[in-house]
Amino acid sequence: MGRKLLLEHINVPGINTFDVYRSKGGYASVEKALKTMSPEAIVEEVKKSGLRGRGGAGFPTGMKWSFLAKPEGVARYLVCNGDESEPGTFKDRYLMTYIPHLLIEGMIVSSFALGANTSYIYLRGEMMPQVRILERAIAEAKAKGFLGKNILGTGYDLELYVQPGGGAYICGEETALLESLEGKRGNPRIKPPFPAIAGLYGCPTVVNNVESIAAVVPIINEGGDEYAKIGIGRSTGTKLISAGGNLKKPGVYEIELGVPVEEFIYSDEYCGGIANGKRLKAVVAGGSSVPILPANLILKTINNEARLMSYESLSDGGFVSGTMLGSGGFIAYDEDACIVRNTWNFARFYHHESCGQCSPCREGTGWMEKVLHRLEYGHGKMSDMDLLVDVSKKIEGNTICPLGDAAAWPVASAIRHFRDEFEWHVTNASEATSTNYGLAHYADPLKVVETA
Amino acid sequence: MLRVDEAQEPVEFSPALISKFDEIVSRYPQGKQKSGLLPILHLVQAEFGWVSAPAMDKVAEYLSILPIEVYEVATFYTMYFLRPQGKYVLEVCRTSGCCLVGAEKIMDHIEETLGVKEGEVTPDGLFSWRGVECLAACGFGPVLQIGPEYTFYENLTNESVDKLISDLKAKAKN
Repeated sequence: MGRKLLLEHINVPGINTFDVYRSKGGYASVEKALKTMSPEAIVEEVKKSGLRGRGGAGFPTGMKWSFLAKPEGVARYLVCNGDESEPGTFKDRYLMTYIPHLLIEGMIVSSFALGANTSYIYLRGEMMPQVRILERAIAEAKAKGFLGKNILGTGYDLELYVQPGGGAYICGEETALLESLEGKRGNPRIKPPFPAIAGLYGCPTVVNNVESIAAVVPIINEGGDEYAKIGIGRSTGTKLISAGGNLKKPGVYEIELGVPVEEFIYSDEYCGGIANGKRLKAVVAGGSSVPILPANLILKTINNEARLMSYESLSDGGFVSGTMLGSGGFIAYDEDACIVRNTWNFARFYHHESCGQCSPCREGTGWMEKVLHRLEYGHGKMSDMDLLVDVSKKIEGNTICPLGDAAAWPVASAIRHFRDEFEWHVTNASEATSTNYGLAHYADPLKVVETA
Repeated sequence: MLRVDEAQEPVEFSPALISKFDEIVSRYPQGKQKSGLLPILHLVQAEFGWVSAPAMDKVAEYLSILPIEVYEVATFYTMYFLRPQGKYVLEVCRTSGCCLVGAEKIMDHIEETLGVKEGEVTPDGLFSWRGVECLAACGFGPVLQIGPEYTFYENLTNESVDKLISDLKAKAKN
């Protein structure tokens, strides 16, 4: 069993209430941080922990914090990114639903470390139930003296608010999120200036993912060095993986980074294998934006080493034969899944979610969707695959924010690894509308896994 | 699309609604009341079932911003309905993870059961439905949500959808 730092008490009845959460050692990090540590010392612990942003980019959280500008007399803000919209990702919703006080505890410690006296938790608008859960938890914490004026008599003031968005994937991008929080369309800003210099209302701002902020709690409780001992290499600590698709036991799992992918998929401790006795065809390992890999490449790297659930191992081989850990949105596809249809589905998603600000993304995502639609519905041409790769290359790197890259990668990687399935959709067009290409050779040389 | 040409009734915001607006605006620094726009539009939609142009004008007036600043936001975000909907809007996730476990069949079933196409309202005014993008519940698919509370219904089957629809019909009668 791996260590559980975030979800250890998730099954304790009433853990969503202040009293039960507190009885399990909750809010200890607030007492420790506010009473015995300086803000700089907290930032130092987070740096030592090696914690990397859990929202997808994997940028070291402590370093991000140390970039925060601190001009005299200017307010600083901490904004929690709870926009969780990346297809495949549902860990933050889970955490906030069942153990909301963990996020609030992390917000108090992090806000203190950054010198913020007003902090916002921005949730995607669809998470209205979580807005209510968090607001209730905030009221409880406030009543107990952990929020508001003069927290625990330390002289530190913090107000915490929950802000719902309006339903837009792009608001998970931090500058789009800040625009949205200011009551505007979610159009990403041109960087620099980075939010650490000019963020919310033009003030220095840190934007962190829900899970990153929650991870600050065990880091402060146990110390950054202890946290860094968990995991492998530069992938320290634990990570929430939301596993979905054709798995026997989909759900949210907290893993120590470095668990082999094969163990994660097939062991009973985690996903328990592929549902309905089917075989694995492909995996999207870190949310829809990361390259899709066929079964053989997700289980073993090109050098025939076991692939691990870590930032480094998943990206081993670059985009030629690797992928990314991303947000930890793990989607498994069984032998019946149609890669062309799935790629079209993703392309439609990105077309729908493009904010329209940059032409390569606005136009390119639309064309990719159209071309993939005709391939899926039997009107494709052999030249379409090259056309799609060409369009994806013209989006990638040519937009203000990473949504363009996120839209380009799944299409390019699907064609890279599953080109024969795309070609089959052209050569066997009528067959392709009623049957699937199946497993073909993708899972080779994977052994047949016996399922109970 | 926002259709300002449609004749629309003027709206009034009740004092209770206005006091909710006031509470939201108090969360932001002085002069940054525009930050309250998205939450306020949710409250308007919860009250009236959709966000009409006259309602947006009133919101602009309340926040001391231009009407266009409200229109551009309401048309950008997908959760705001710019025309009347059924009392219950079934929003079904149609993105990859849910499709792997049958979301498309659930949408077909809803279309057949309600007898209206995506975006249309049933003749009794009770229901409309639409496909929406990933709802961050990929492990529990297929899923749908119903506003304004955005209650979640997970692991849908044709039977559970039938039951949901009949429960909502019964609820509407009472």
